[in-house]
Amino acid sequence: MTPTGKLKLIDRVSAINWNRLQDDKDLEVWDRLVGNFWLPEKVPVSNDIPSWNTLTPEEKTLTMRVFTGLTLLDTIQGTVGAVSLIPDAITPHEEAVYTNIAFMESVHAKSYSSIFSTLCSTQDIDEAFRWSEENENLQRKAEIVMKYYKGDSPLQRKVASTLLESFLFYSGFYLPMYWSSRAKLTNTADLIRLIIRDEAVHGYYIGYKFQKGLEKLTPEERDDLKAYTFELLFELYDNEVQYTADLYDSVGLTEDVKKFLRYNANKALMNLGYEALFPKDETDVNPAILSALSPNADENHDFFSGSGSSYVIGKAVSTQDDDWDF
Amino acid sequence: MGDLVYFSSVSDNTHRFVQRLHLGDLGIGVHRIPLRPADGFLTVEEPYVLVVPTYGGGNEGGAVPRQVVKFLNDPHNRSLIRGVIAAGNTNFGEAYCIAGDIISAKCAVPYLYAFELLGTAEDVTRVRDGLGRFWQRQSRIPA
Repeated sequence: MTPTGKLKLIDRVSAINWNRLQDDKDLEVWDRLVGNFWLPEKVPVSNDIPSWNTLTPEEKTLTMRVFTGLTLLDTIQGTVGAVSLIPDAITPHEEAVYTNIAFMESVHAKSYSSIFSTLCSTQDIDEAFRWSEENENLQRKAEIVMKYYKGDSPLQRKVASTLLESFLFYSGFYLPMYWSSRAKLTNTADLIRLIIRDEAVHGYYIGYKFQKGLEKLTPEERDDLKAYTFELLFELYDNEVQYTADLYDSVGLTEDVKKFLRYNANKALMNLGYEALFPKDETDVNPAILSALSPNADENHDFFSGSGSSYVIGKAVSTQDDDWDF
Repeated sequence: MGDLVYFSSVSDNTHRFVQRLHLGDLGIGVHRIPLRPADGFLTVEEPYVLVVPTYGGGNEGGAVPRQVVKFLNDPHNRSLIRGVIAAGNTNFGEAYCIAGDIISAKCAVPYLYAFELLGTAEDVTRVRDGLGRFWQRQSRIPA
């Protein structure tokens, strides 16, 4: 046990040698994260001002509250969550990937501020932050996750972190996708899509490291962690449903958001190596939302369910790869 | 019946999806493309459907794993591909499962199915049933 209040640091540091990898995945993910690097300044959010002015006061309040909630989560992940994973790293390269993840979470948190400062008045922003500090369900969500980050189990920390990256953000991410599907706040949605893309790599990587950790445990210990994961997911899900109602009841979107939550809860579990929990008929996300997220996520790629008389050949895609010989 | 060829990184996500298909019961042979160049080279002898994960999209190329590119660069291997199935994550937006688009376009074979991450129970059923029907239809096409 680390004495309370004392910073937990590794006690011996070796210079990191990227030419001697113990796990190829570290370099692969590092390269991917670096290749995906972005900053909010490159997205012209100010082009959304005319669109913002078409929203009703309730819609504006909802949008600001959603973004303060997302800011809180990214702040936790940048300053506590991803940082808490560093001392647990097995390879020096894994440590380096976590520092990249932590930094990007801080970029995300700052991005919401740049959206706010572009679209809203200082007074409105302050009111939204006050709401987020007083909203019980948002605060409970933060508390639950923080409890595990401060705990003693490296693998439980990875579970909490993956659930945050791959599940807890999505009650918030729903809204910019909804606006985008109605051709509103489209530049803001472009920025959020960059965050969504990053979270996918983070959730994948932390979930992968969780599974590598599981390999070293006894079957009983693995069963315990699986039970723990599902309990934590249920606890967070129940809270998330209430938080979703707090936000979206006023605009009548709560049920639609809940489908999106369950769809993403399944993906969070899969990142941890577990099978999806919620059945298909509870995760049938509104096609407009799915298409705002990914224009390719339609039914075109299910040749099997069709009559078989016709099929889709993939559209020509230009790649920068030069390793193809044909 | 044809075969199934797949690639899976050390995360084993695609590997687990393929295992859940239990294709041996349908008489479909399963071959895995080696993880690294040092692990040898796979040469196939039967027509096959390729299952491939998409490497996380974005600014970079590299959506199709390098080992899959090497496998398909071999003209003999390439001549036997009959369809492609891709895995991915809708979080990657326009790059979702784009490895399927790239391979389908390059090899002029149908893009049969796309699924996310480990695939759901529905994905497993649809792909398993679909592959069975696909190869039955193929066997009726005169050579």
